Amino acid sequence: MSDLMKMTLAEAREGLRARRFSSAELAAASAAEIAKARPLNAFIVETPEIAAAMAAASDARLARGEGGALEGIPLGIKDLFCTKGIQTTAGSHILEGFKPVYESTVTQKLWDAGAVMMGKLNLDEFAMGSSNETSYFGPAVNPWRRGNDDAKLVPGGSSGGSAAAVAAELCFGATGTDTGGSIRQPAAVTCIAGIKPTYGRCSRWGIVAFASSLDQAGPMARTVKDCAILLREMAGFDPKDSTSVDLAVPDFEAACNAGVKGLRIGVPKEYRIDGVPAEIDALWEQGIAWLKEAGAEIVEVSLPHTKYALPAYYIVAPAEASSNLARYDGVKYGLRVENDDLTRMYEQTRAAGFGREVQRRILIGTYVLSAGYYDAYYLKAQKVRTLIAGDFKAAFEKCDALLTPASPSPAFGIGEKTNDPISMYLNDVYTVTVNLAGLPGIAVPAGISKDGLPLGLQLIGRAFDEETLFSAGSVLEKAAGFTGKPGRWWA
Amino acid sequence: MSESKMRGKLIEGVTGSWEVVIGLEVHAQVLSNAKLFSGASAAYGGAPNSHVSLVDAGMPGMLPVINEYCVEQAVRTGLGLNAQINKVSVFDRKNYFYPDLPQGYQISQFKQPIVGEGVVVVDLPGGESVEVGIERLHLEQDAGKSLHDQDPNATFVDLNRSGVALMEIVSRPDMRSSEEAAAYLKKLRAIVRYLGTCDGNMDEGSMRADVNVSVRRPGAALGTRCEIKNVNSMRFVAQAIEYEARRQIDVLEGGGSIHQETRLFDNKAGVTRPMRSKEEAHDYRYFPDPDLLPLEFDDAFIARIKATLPELPDAKKARFVSEYGLSPYDAGVLVAEREIAAYFEAAAKGRDAKAVANWVTGDLFAALNRDGKPIGESPVSADALGEMVGLIGDGTISGRIAKDVFVIMYETGERPAKIVEERGLRQVTDTGAISAAVDEVIASNPAKVEELAKKPKLIGWFVGEVMKKTQGKANPQAVNEALKAKLGHLLGE
Repeated sequence: MSDLMKMTLAEAREGLRARRFSSAELAAASAAEIAKARPLNAFIVETPEIAAAMAAASDARLARGEGGALEGIPLGIKDLFCTKGIQTTAGSHILEGFKPVYESTVTQKLWDAGAVMMGKLNLDEFAMGSSNETSYFGPAVNPWRRGNDDAKLVPGGSSGGSAAAVAAELCFGATGTDTGGSIRQPAAVTCIAGIKPTYGRCSRWGIVAFASSLDQAGPMARTVKDCAILLREMAGFDPKDSTSVDLAVPDFEAACNAGVKGLRIGVPKEYRIDGVPAEIDALWEQGIAWLKEAGAEIVEVSLPHTKYALPAYYIVAPAEASSNLARYDGVKYGLRVENDDLTRMYEQTRAAGFGREVQRRILIGTYVLSAGYYDAYYLKAQKVRTLIAGDFKAAFEKCDALLTPASPSPAFGIGEKTNDPISMYLNDVYTVTVNLAGLPGIAVPAGISKDGLPLGLQLIGRAFDEETLFSAGSVLEKAAGFTGKPGRWWA
Repeated sequence: MSESKMRGKLIEGVTGSWEVVIGLEVHAQVLSNAKLFSGASAAYGGAPNSHVSLVDAGMPGMLPVINEYCVEQAVRTGLGLNAQINKVSVFDRKNYFYPDLPQGYQISQFKQPIVGEGVVVVDLPGGESVEVGIERLHLEQDAGKSLHDQDPNATFVDLNRSGVALMEIVSRPDMRSSEEAAAYLKKLRAIVRYLGTCDGNMDEGSMRADVNVSVRRPGAALGTRCEIKNVNSMRFVAQAIEYEARRQIDVLEGGGSIHQETRLFDNKAGVTRPMRSKEEAHDYRYFPDPDLLPLEFDDAFIARIKATLPELPDAKKARFVSEYGLSPYDAGVLVAEREIAAYFEAAAKGRDAKAVANWVTGDLFAALNRDGKPIGESPVSADALGEMVGLIGDGTISGRIAKDVFVIMYETGERPAKIVEERGLRQVTDTGAISAAVDEVIASNPAKVEELAKKPKLIGWFVGEVMKKTQGKANPQAVNEALKAKLGHLLGE
């Protein structure tokens, strides 16, 4: 393996600026790694030619002393972001072959900053899943294994391809999206960092919608600092997204060095959940100790409505999804199963085009919005959402950020939970509250399970205070001093 | 006019009288260059699918962004309807599948519309007026159009209309006859046209109505209603109501019952028919659109729009009555269209306004109607008509000659003074010439003179004869005076 790919994004950026290597070399190294790592099934589409052309252009700009903040850096793009002229599937058969004539705002900003596109990354179908197993294009595979056991493990989801690609050092960073934990949970189980910014921080324009009031794009990378560098370029007001917020984007990278001295870190007691493995609790205690040592004050806080978060999430998200996915009807683009009868065409197209999990959520969503059920489910869930946001507001009067586990378990085996949707949904138990309240949350690699698998911690911040998360996240990352890497079994 | 023009018109059935109760949901296309949530053109026509943005086509990841001008237009309309303006309103998704609905849902306003309760004063043809309550006005997107006649096997879809802003204006069930419903629609159309918020063009579909009709025994509780969808002319609205009311009465009197349903008006056959039940079995699963924040604005926004409101039909009508001394009926006719009112006021400037009103609503309307021309295309300018009324007023021409002058003006577009001069139509006021003509008529009609003593009304015949002799140019008053001078003794004067 070329040592080039072992660098962090920040190191690659410095090397490119110092002309120690070219973007073309980086792109070639990345493409070679991606090709070798096909057993990971991280990419749905590889774009080495596009990458080579973009890298050449970056090299030309760098040679002139120009270039953006990400000039020449190879990245992977979750296949939920529409990319102009490049197949965009959302991991679904129904969009197979769909090539948008437009570029999502977030990816356009990355290209404008000079980043190099390596391809489209695997994901759970329409981002619905916590293991990447619902992808029509097959599951992405976690680069990590349990000790010497060669059973394939999930990379988490829905941004499973992104997590696998970054963890396996196929590219320097990737975009993810997070509706209920889809950046943080895969980051945690693959030993990388990932941040879901505040709702409204990144534009949703051009991202295939799952649940509009919860979806948010964010970066996934090998270090907290790399995430900070990426997020600075991804974030910003977009007049094309009515829910994006017109606020200046801070220098997140600078925040990484700010430390936690004097910060009050809240520990929500309701996040101690029965049945969660002891090693998760132990990791949490370790994280508390690290932050304390670094000068933070630890306060216990209460988020009393936490237990209602998961049920509320699994009402709101499917409800919005059932409506958002109505446009995939076989009429305009994507799959169509021909039938002379219009209703049959709809039925057969959607039956063939959507996988079981997507169908399940469309049915749940349709049900909870139906006349006679709306008040009992959707409206009630929205009230719960307001209460959860209130919980956080109260907690943030006592502290500046919250520390929690990122995932209730390390990576599990492919196929282990596919027949038990409830246990699959429980993967999001620590993360969904953050989406329901629209807050930022970061997952940071922090420990190793008894099976030798990575575990992560989560920090939750006030709205639009990602900076505190980068500060505290960097402290955790440094304290954990994580150097382990997955064995390159795929190469 | 007849009883049918009166409030509370009843329909006679075989078992007694019935009252018809009508409410209208009017869809009015917002006058705006761009669509409600996209920058694509909202213009009528255009090659199929030439006014379609990525948002209108429901492409993956596309998001709606509210067009502020459409919001302004809705508020302006709400103010024109004397309605409550809601500073916070919410866009909801109305979910259903149809090929011309690319998103799989229509963005509308369900629980919290932008405009609440208001009232419209409706002028009835008899001169009476009634108040029709407005329940709400909300903004929503139009759907595209399915074209079933382009191909023997396929349906084509034109998305030009997809996403165009509509105002749905919902009335209370306050109308009691087809005439009232038509008059309400006419008034609503006048108001939105005055405001410039909708062009009111029913032929192009920029205004169409869903008509709710029920019948009941006078004074009884409301009956079950049927909704007649998408009626696109005032005449059809009236016809559909007449048919539907009669149909319901026949059903009820035959021992049947009305079940709530959606019907279509077949304007060729003049009947309403039930829509296929499949199309009405929708559960629209309304919920707030998570892509859009609640729509909020402040009092200053409303005040700014209020300051730009034009004088509306009711205020203008009142002013025409007080300022020009017109009858409420004439004033009502003149204010029905902003352009007509403007024409009248231009013509009436410095003239006998009542006379101008008579000419506008009489000869001018008759000629324009005959040719199917709007007032904007009148060959007789307001200024020219005013000039002509001036010529009558100062005695240059008689009212009778003026009728001929008007016809020439209408045909040639020439100024009345020029026509009068060139054609020698100036009124004869020379008493000598009139006197001579009177003498001549008396001399050649001794029998009539004899008759006159018994039948004083015959004097009119003499006037007519004298006018004939002078080719109508004689001043009628002078003719009268001359005749009275010479024949007055026979009339016992």
